[in-house]
Amino acid sequence: MSRLLEVLGMSAGYGLAPVLHDIGLYVDSGEVVAVIGANGVGKTTLLRTIAGIIQPSAGRIAFDGRPIGSTPAHDIVGQGLALVPEGGRLFPFMTVLENLELGAFNPSSREKTRTTLDEVMMLFPILAERKTQLAGSLSGGERQMCAIARALMSRPRLLMLDEPSAGLSPVMVERVFDMLRSVVASRNVTVLLVEQHVEDAPEIAQRAYVIERGRIVKTGSGAELMNDPDVQRAYMGL
Amino acid sequence: METLLNVLVVGILLGGIYGLVSIGLNLIFGVIRIVNFAQGELVMLGMYGAFLAYSMLGLDPYVSTLIVMPAMFLFGVIVQRVAIQPLQAESSMQIFATFGLLTVLQNVVLVFTRGEGYSVATKVASFSIAIGEIRITGTHLIILIAVTAISVLLHLFLQRTLMGKSIRAVTQDRQAARLMGINVERTFMVTFDIGSALAGLAGALIAPIYTLSPGIGDNFILAAFAVVVLGGLGSVAGAWAGGMIVGIVEAFAGYYIDPELKQAIWFLIFLLVLVIRPTGLSGQVGAEEVGFREQS
Ligand SMILES: Nc1ncnc2c1ncn2[C@@H]1O[C@H](COP(=O)(O)OP(=O)(O)O)[C@@H](O)[C@H]1O
Ligand SMILES: [Mg+2]
Repeated sequence: MSRLLEVLGMSAGYGLAPVLHDIGLYVDSGEVVAVIGANGVGKTTLLRTIAGIIQPSAGRIAFDGRPIGSTPAHDIVGQGLALVPEGGRLFPFMTVLENLELGAFNPSSREKTRTTLDEVMMLFPILAERKTQLAGSLSGGERQMCAIARALMSRPRLLMLDEPSAGLSPVMVERVFDMLRSVVASRNVTVLLVEQHVEDAPEIAQRAYVIERGRIVKTGSGAELMNDPDVQRAYMGL
Repeated sequence: METLLNVLVVGILLGGIYGLVSIGLNLIFGVIRIVNFAQGELVMLGMYGAFLAYSMLGLDPYVSTLIVMPAMFLFGVIVQRVAIQPLQAESSMQIFATFGLLTVLQNVVLVFTRGEGYSVATKVASFSIAIGEIRITGTHLIILIAVTAISVLLHLFLQRTLMGKSIRAVTQDRQAARLMGINVERTFMVTFDIGSALAGLAGALIAPIYTLSPGIGDNFILAAFAVVVLGGLGSVAGAWAGGMIVGIVEAFAGYYIDPELKQAIWFLIFLLVLVIRPTGLSGQVGAEEVGFREQS
């Protein structure tokens, strides 16, 4: 297994306000890794920094061995790293199809738009049905599916997801994670996802990190963390 | 009946002019979300460009668009680099910058022209057509055709091409656009440059019907604001229709009430739209906020 993503001693924030302190984590290819933390601890900031939307103020981020800490977001996606942002952030006044097309905008995936589109439509038949509908008119679950599909259009090696279960009904959460499982199996992607509750980062996560007030405070296998009393108290919403 | 029709035609022709000078402003506002106060001056430069091409090279203003448009595109590149891009983080400062640009451009042109009013003649559009009692000059007809053609082409560009889609993506969610691999800064640059080129084109096309003066942009910018707000803040078809409405309303009010009212009418339209339907005629509800979604 090779190290696909490595974050070392990374700090980041907005303007003068630091949010993340000395973050260290890694994801090996083929893994599904979860980051668990309460609202406001910096999970979104972490994924945004890795995706290049925010520049880290210290530390190192390497993707597939190459430093990407100062690479702008629009160049990172072409290297094979895609982020499904919090809430999906689809382009609301564009059709599902246009959203997916834009997913393959970067030059390294653009020529394969048609092929990838067919593959993604096979994975998400509901999107094929909805393809001429405006993205803003999709239901919560469909929107999340479309956001994942749009990220897959760039043919990523690492797929990052920001609270994919947020705002969805339990049934929908189950469906989104089933989808994710089949994506992992069929498209050979590695996954880094963040969630607020451990039970939302389900069995599919082999390893997990716990983040509190901008620092990683615990790490272990998914099962270890699930059974950790501290974690249970703080993150099972019990 | 004849009068009514006549006033309507006058309004439509006027609407063509307003639509034409608004296209660039509308595009720049729709995508970059900055109010370019200097847009009227970009039109003014286009007019003087047509005048230079006419007086120095003997070119008809319609032919000179082939020079004026690329020149104004380049001018847009410079303005964007020097005055707009450096202030990207503070969009309210960008507005002041465009206001400063307005003053500078007016005064620079004033220095060069020493206040003398120039005019540009055209042979190409020296015809006119008559429908009954109503006479339409070639210059106005060409403007009407041009604003319609440019609107259709711009609409197709934004809807059908990948580059057009990437521009719309930036309008709707900058951060998500970055995640798609879209270079947002470059999109802003290209949009501003296209907006500037379209202002130049508008200037060259309307040059034959005005006496050129450095402050002539002021005549257009207020009407253009009314058009853009009415048309729905970035919608191409909306701006076309907005131009027509402003032109027609102005023509009727000018005929039946008082021609001096026109500025009051622009403001009235402006205010009415803001009160009744802030998203404009064709604007999608919420569209005006979407563009402001943070990009950090
Ligand atoms: N755009 C922003 N500008 C300034 N501060 C922000 C911004 N976004 C988030 N923050 C702050 O950063 C901290 C972490 O936020 P975030 O990463 O969104 O947390 P989480 O995703 O874990 O809920 C919060 O205190 C939040 O107020
Ligand atoms: Mg978050």
